[in-house]
Amino acid sequence: MQKDILTIICGVVMGTLSRYWMMRRDFRQYPSYPHATVTHLALGFVAATLGAVAIPAIAAKEYTAVTFLTLAATQFRDVRNMEREMLTALDQSKLVSRGADFIEGIARTFEARNYLVVFVSLTTSLFTFIFSPLLGILAGVFALLLVRRFMRGYLIRDVAKVRAAKVHFKGPNLFVEDIHIMNLGLPEIKKIYEERGRGVILEPLDDNGREILANVGQRQAIAHDAAMLLGIHRDVDTAEFTPLVRRKADTGRVGMVIVPIEPDIECLVAAVNNVPVLESAFVSPLQSRIGRIAAD
Amino acid sequence: MEITIAKIILAAVTTRKGQDRVSGIPVFYAETDEEMIKMATILSRILEAVAHDMENGVYIIVKH
Repeated sequence: MQKDILTIICGVVMGTLSRYWMMRRDFRQYPSYPHATVTHLALGFVAATLGAVAIPAIAAKEYTAVTFLTLAATQFRDVRNMEREMLTALDQSKLVSRGADFIEGIARTFEARNYLVVFVSLTTSLFTFIFSPLLGILAGVFALLLVRRFMRGYLIRDVAKVRAAKVHFKGPNLFVEDIHIMNLGLPEIKKIYEERGRGVILEPLDDNGREILANVGQRQAIAHDAAMLLGIHRDVDTAEFTPLVRRKADTGRVGMVIVPIEPDIECLVAAVNNVPVLESAFVSPLQSRIGRIAAD
Repeated sequence: MEITIAKIILAAVTTRKGQDRVSGIPVFYAETDEEMIKMATILSRILEAVAHDMENGVYIIVKH
């Protein structure tokens, strides 16, 4: 009995701590502090408990207790729905929206992290039960490091070369180098673009990168992150200053133009470099024979 | 969410009075280019839309 309690406690503690470590409250400020953080810690605790009780239950020959884990699946799917609904609703009040693809990616991450918590607490409780609490905790830490290592996605810098580019007008048409962005009629708006507009070009490193950058949701995510980090020179009544990311169909190159509050171009390039490649945008035609043959 | 311009012409402003038959959208006639630009600016602010230059003396106000 003593052993069971110890196993469960170790599993729950490691699982909940791992949920805390997995939260990235950086510039995104998401999950927001303090209440959303508490919500996710509490869900992490539930996940950890489910993972931790599995091993003692099996040891006690209570095999049906393991069906509890199916509860977890339902529970965490709800987490995904909750996150998706909330972020979609809040997207309306953003000057530059995240877009459905980015939101889906975030929601999916929140769901998956709960399963990872189950994995960490299961590993911890297994090693605690068989060997000792110390080994259990070590195994939990190892599991967590493993999770962090393998759950890290790609960034834009892994799929494309980002560089600063010149923003200019041909008549009323706005261009970043040779990429047409949009038609702008008003001289007042054009003047602001000429003075404060900043452009970047994303050159895909290979065919995989080209297809990733072709994804509209991915491009919206780039615009959102850039606008969030550098500020955006617009309000609700100046739709002209919505950052736009457009693709040159001939080359697969993508150009973005933005009027940031902070005009530092190096920061803009760095911001774009650090945008995550969305799971839904990630494709790799080069992994297929057809893709490789077509690539040359 | 789409990043393309979403495509409803709310109004047109033009200096080409009497040259065209128009229907379907409100058309505002201006005497000079300056007046046209001013009207287009005001309309785009009020409608939270973008003024596009058709390069033939017509500005269209498009909702995004």
